Amino acid sequence: MAKILAVDDSTSLRQMVAFTLKQAGHEVVEASDGRDALQKAKGGRVDLVLSDVNMPGMDGISLVKELRTLPSYKFTPILMLTTESSPEKKQEGKAAGATGWIVKPFSPDQLLATVKRVLG
Amino acid sequence: MSIDVSQFVQTFLEESFEGLDVMEAQLLDLQGDDVEAVNTIFRAAHSIKGGAGTFGFAAVGEFTHGVETLLDEMRSGHRSATPELVKLLLESVDCIREMLQAARDGAEVDAARIATVGAAIEASLGKGEAASADGEAAHGEVNVSSGWHIRFVPEPEVLRTGNDPLRLFAALEELGPLQVQCDLDRLPPFADMDAEACWLAWDLRLEGDASREAVAEVFEWVEDQCELLIEPLREDEGAGAEEDAPESVSPPPVSGATSGTPVPIASVPGSAVPASAASAKSRPATESSSIRVNIDKIDALINMVGELVITQSMLSQVGERLEGSAGADNLPCLEKLLEGLAQLERNTRELQESVMGIRMLPISFAFNRFPRMVHDLGAKLGKQVQLKLSGEQTELDKTVMEKIGDPLVHLVRNSIDHGIETPEVRVAAGKPAAGEVHLNAFHKGGNIVIQISDDGAGLNRDRILNKAVERGLVAPDQVLSDEQIHDLIFAPGFSTAEQVSDVSGRGVGMDVVRKNIKALGGSVEVQSRPGEGSTFTIRLPLTLAILDGQLVEVDGERYVVPLISIVESIQVRPEFVKSVAERRLVYRLRDEYIPILFLDALLGAGARPERQLTDSLLVVVEAEGQKLALVVDDLLGQQQVVIKALETNFRRVEGLSGATILGDGTVALILDVSGLMTLDKQAGGQPGWRPSREHEAA
Repeated sequence: MAKILAVDDSTSLRQMVAFTLKQAGHEVVEASDGRDALQKAKGGRVDLVLSDVNMPGMDGISLVKELRTLPSYKFTPILMLTTESSPEKKQEGKAAGATGWIVKPFSPDQLLATVKRVLG
Repeated sequence: MSIDVSQFVQTFLEESFEGLDVMEAQLLDLQGDDVEAVNTIFRAAHSIKGGAGTFGFAAVGEFTHGVETLLDEMRSGHRSATPELVKLLLESVDCIREMLQAARDGAEVDAARIATVGAAIEASLGKGEAASADGEAAHGEVNVSSGWHIRFVPEPEVLRTGNDPLRLFAALEELGPLQVQCDLDRLPPFADMDAEACWLAWDLRLEGDASREAVAEVFEWVEDQCELLIEPLREDEGAGAEEDAPESVSPPPVSGATSGTPVPIASVPGSAVPASAASAKSRPATESSSIRVNIDKIDALINMVGELVITQSMLSQVGERLEGSAGADNLPCLEKLLEGLAQLERNTRELQESVMGIRMLPISFAFNRFPRMVHDLGAKLGKQVQLKLSGEQTELDKTVMEKIGDPLVHLVRNSIDHGIETPEVRVAAGKPAAGEVHLNAFHKGGNIVIQISDDGAGLNRDRILNKAVERGLVAPDQVLSDEQIHDLIFAPGFSTAEQVSDVSGRGVGMDVVRKNIKALGGSVEVQSRPGEGSTFTIRLPLTLAILDGQLVEVDGERYVVPLISIVESIQVRPEFVKSVAERRLVYRLRDEYIPILFLDALLGAGARPERQLTDSLLVVVEAEGQKLALVVDDLLGQQQVVIKALETNFRRVEGLSGATILGDGTVALILDVSGLMTLDKQAGGQPGWRPSREHEAA
């Protein structure tokens, strides 16, 4: 199963995401903000990154930009967890190199369906 | 698969309440257009909104959405922080908190109030805002067909966002039978080829009754990175499609190539970055990163550390015994053992410190609620009050912190209600119109000291004394020092407020404050000067789990005396032992007479008929400003002990604060010095030895 990096400064949401993914048999690495995530991403390869946008320290957009500069994360799927459904916000993520997005609030089932799509 | 999200609700609520506190603090502090502060407030609202929807608090999510939009406008500079706006946001914080509390406790919310605030937010947002939240509904009517012909020409860069066409096709295949035809026309000459770019285009034939939206949704993430055509399969196209499709459209510009009903979904250059990105760049680094750990886990860890501490002390005893009886041959082995022990001791100490550290939180957690409270209370009472906080980073055990909250609130309320005067009175007294309440915290020894001072009127000595006489707390002819009079406010049932106000008089008196603080092993005192103000000083142990203790032996039993309460230990000199009124022994230490206490008698461990003090030692302990000399047979050594509660393992015993397990496995009781004083008082001793009475002893 896949190794997934879940990034969110909200503990409850991160726990929900992590729990859901673990239930589905994935291995989950949790990070509380962009900086933490970048550190953990560098520490070992992951197959998918799920990241919140608004975070202290380093936000999700900067994280995507940083990850895309790393050779091993050039093509890795990165999904933004966003509450913004407006096109500009999604564009911002895309422009930075994000693969796609999941709009909050989402249910565990929606999350798994979306994850399945990028993990193939 | 279905997952129960309710298990995360507790965490969500906790962090939401924390987020609300942050919002409140930052709002109260908001000056001008402080981008960092607004960012912090926005982020808190944003997290609450995001979580609320996910964890089933739709109403909260909806309400917070409006708040978030307001904040977003502030953040992007479209709106400035006027006092009215800040007030509205503060009210919103209250509403969200109320809704979440109601959700937690299953209680009712004040729907009218929430609706009012909600309406005010809507009004503030103005019209036309509602539409912007919903940019999704642009795909037109649901178009059902027996199948779709899809022409997909991705930009070469598409792979760099992690979008793999293969996965898109896999997703399409879930909608119905899919035929894929690859178009190689764009492939550049081999020499010019970039292996990481995508030069392929595809024609896809999807059969079945999937809606156009379902098909478009598959391509949602790449719609700005490709040319995409989705058109209904024509019935007559049927089997011929395989041959027709590649020719019917020619690569790149695709849009105009076919007639009929094709809808170019989107073709947007991927470089549009909205202006708001720039303002969101500089993130404040003010939050301390923190972990949330279940207290049960920590308690288990502390228990483990406790066991480790016991093992270590056991080992060192073995080592010492070995040292005593060792022959020359096992000397190297002994050295090794001692070396290992030294290491174990060091490790134990380090582990213990780091584990204890997990429980420590800065006192700002307890202080944070005060800015709002002081703000509201001052307004209510028509007083101008400034709150000054210092030492917020002073760390304190979480358990102690939770229990000190209410006493602190009471003391701060008290300072504002009774201490600080109205502006007119203050100006008349030559003081600035605005009073100041100062909350300060610092470490001193193994204790944390919290001070609440005000520059108000100070305690009214005469009024307190009159009241105390009236209530029969002191005899009318009793001579009391100022400190003793001030201390009377902590006496049970004492309240100086002429009328019970709804601010301070909630049936909880200062006696309860003192009782609660004492229950934490702490103390509270007051210093006051008329016209200059009062200072309440709370002393608390840093933690309730481990204690620095002095091991003493009394009549074969071992006890632990908290090191913090020991003043000194002395050898008894018979000429200094005096008897008072034939029933009480006191010891003259320098210029003081200190009551002597026989532990074995007091705790009912079997009193010895005749008390030979000559060979004994006295441990002079102090609590609440009073001293007591405990008679012990031997001082055994100092060590850290892990406190095991008597309540959970046995039952509560007055005069004892718990028990601990020593290195040899025996149990030693931990003495509670203030409890001992209470016991002693009940047993007929007189702990408060005043200078006026000392002469009869001498």
